[in-house]
Amino acid sequence: MSPIVSIANLSKVYASGLHALRDVNLDISKGEIFALLGPNGAGKSTLINIVCGIVTPSAGQIRVGGHDILGDYRAARRMIGLVPQELTTDAFEKVWDTVSFSRGLFGLPKNPAHIERVLKDLALYEKRESRIMQLSGGMKRRVLIAKALAHEPQVLFLDEPTAGVDVELRQDMWRLVRRLREQGVTVILTTHYIEEAEEMADRVGVIRKGEIILVEDKVELMRKLGKKQLTLHLREPVAALPENLARHDLQIGEGGRTLVYTYDTRRERTGITGLLGELADAGIAFTDLDTSQSSLEDIFVDLVRERA
Amino acid sequence: MLNVPAILAIYRFEMARFWRTALQSIVAPVISTSLYFVVFGAAIGARMQTVDGIPYGAFIVPGLVMLSLLTQSVSNAAFGIYFPRFAGTIYELLSAPISPFEVVLGYVGAAATKSIVIGLIILATASLFVPLHVEHPFWMVFFLLLTAITFSLFGFVIGLWADGFEKLQLVPLLIVTPLTFLGGSFYSIDMLPPFWRAVSLFNPVVYLVSGFRWAFFGRGDVAVGVSIAATLAFLALCLGLVTYIFRTGYRLKS
Repeated sequence: MSPIVSIANLSKVYASGLHALRDVNLDISKGEIFALLGPNGAGKSTLINIVCGIVTPSAGQIRVGGHDILGDYRAARRMIGLVPQELTTDAFEKVWDTVSFSRGLFGLPKNPAHIERVLKDLALYEKRESRIMQLSGGMKRRVLIAKALAHEPQVLFLDEPTAGVDVELRQDMWRLVRRLREQGVTVILTTHYIEEAEEMADRVGVIRKGEIILVEDKVELMRKLGKKQLTLHLREPVAALPENLARHDLQIGEGGRTLVYTYDTRRERTGITGLLGELADAGIAFTDLDTSQSSLEDIFVDLVRERA
Repeated sequence: MLNVPAILAIYRFEMARFWRTALQSIVAPVISTSLYFVVFGAAIGARMQTVDGIPYGAFIVPGLVMLSLLTQSVSNAAFGIYFPRFAGTIYELLSAPISPFEVVLGYVGAAATKSIVIGLIILATASLFVPLHVEHPFWMVFFLLLTAITFSLFGFVIGLWADGFEKLQLVPLLIVTPLTFLGGSFYSIDMLPPFWRAVSLFNPVVYLVSGFRWAFFGRGDVAVGVSIAATLAFLALCLGLVTYIFRTGYRLKS
C-alpha cells in the first residue's frame, strides 16, 4: 500500500543558519498511529510544520495522499488537520464559531451535525456558547483539537498534544485517537511522554538533531532493544557470588536477598537455563522470581545518549 | 477554483469582530465627525462663507469622509492580519487550503467594508449638519470603493510588516493622518502659497480628496482624470506590494 504521507530527502535550514532537518526520509502508512520522539529542539515541530504548510522546506519532497504539498497544496492540506503545540486561540470567539470557522477555511460547506458531534466527542458541547478566554487550559486544548477535526481530516498531526494536560484529558485524548484510528484516520503525534508513545503508537520514530535515527514498529523496537531483567528472590541472603557464577551478568541487590540477572532478548540463548542450573549446583535456593522489561523510555534515553 | 467558503469564513470572522466592537468602531467616528463639524463647520465656517463657491460646511464633508475612510481602512486591515500573527492563530491560515489571494480577499474585503460603512455613517451624520448634494453619484461610489480597497491593502501590508503594536500605530499616526490633514481635507490647496501648493501635489491624498470632492460638487483641486489615474495607480502599487510579499513569504513563513 502506498504511504499516506511520504517525506523524501527533506532538509530545512532556517534563515538564522540553524540546520533544523537533515535529509529526512519517512513514510507513514494509512491508518497507523505514528509517534515522533525526540528531545527539545530536535526538529519535531519543524517537520510537522513543513508538512502542514507553515514552514517552507529548503529541499526535498513531501506528498500527502499522493499530492505534493507545494504543487498541489490545496488537495494536500484538505487531508490534514493540525493541533499545534502552543495554545493559540482567539480569545473573544465563541467555541462553536471558531470551530465552524475552521471548517470554512478548509473550503467545506457548513455542517452543524458534524460540528456538534466533534464538540460532543471532546466534551465541549456544553461550552459551545462560551468565549474561549473563559475556558481553562485543558478546555482550550480541546478546542484546538475540535478545530483540527472540523474539516474531517484523514491525517491528524498532534504536536505535543498532552503537554500540560491533566490525567483525565490525557486519557480522553487517547480514547479519541483510538476512535479516530478506527475511522481510518492516520495520526502522527510528537510527544515528550514516552508513556504516551508506548501506550498508543503503532510505530515510533526517533529524531535527534534534525535526523531520524530510528523508525521501528513499537513492539519490535521494544523486543529488539529491550533488555530484560530476571530478579531472583533468595531464601538465604548471600554476601558474595560463588566464583563459578561470576561470568554471568549478575548483581546482588537488597542486601544480598536478591540476584538480578540482565539479559538480551535479541540473543538466541538468554542463558537463563544455564544460570538456574548453576545456582542450584551452588546450593542457592530462591523463593520467587520475576522478570521485567525496559520501557520505551529506557530505550529512548539509551538511544539519545548513545549517539550524543 | 476559488475557495469561496474560506473567503467567506475570514470575511465573516472579521465582520463579527467589527460588530462586537461596534461602540468603538461606529460611535467613535460619528462623535469625532460631529466634533469636526462643530469646530470647522460652525466656528470657522461662520467666518469663512464659501470655498470655490461651496459653503464651507459642505466643502469639508468629502474631506472628512476621506479622512475616516483612510484611517479606518489602514487600521482595520492592519489590525486584522496583525492580530493572528501576534496571537499565533495565523497557523490555521497558513495550513488551510487557501491561496494568498483568497486571504487578502477575505481580510481586505472585510476591512474595506467596515471603512465604507463608517464613511457612509459619517456622510449621514454630516447631512444632519449641512444640506448635501452629490453631483456624480457613480464617481462618488467609485472613489469611495477604490480608496477603501487601496488603503485596506496598504493597511494589510503594514499589518504584515509590523512586529509590535507600536509599529502598527506608527504608520497610521505618523503618515496617514498628517497626509490626510495636509491633503486638502479642510481647505482647497489653491488657498496655499505657490510653494506649499507645489509640495502638496506630492501628497497622494490630495488626489483622492480632490476627486471625491469633484464627485460631490463638480469641482476639485486637480482635474478629475488625474484623480482617477492616481487612485488606480495607488491600487496597482498596493496590489503589487501584497503580491510580492506573499510570493516571498515575508514575515509569514520561515
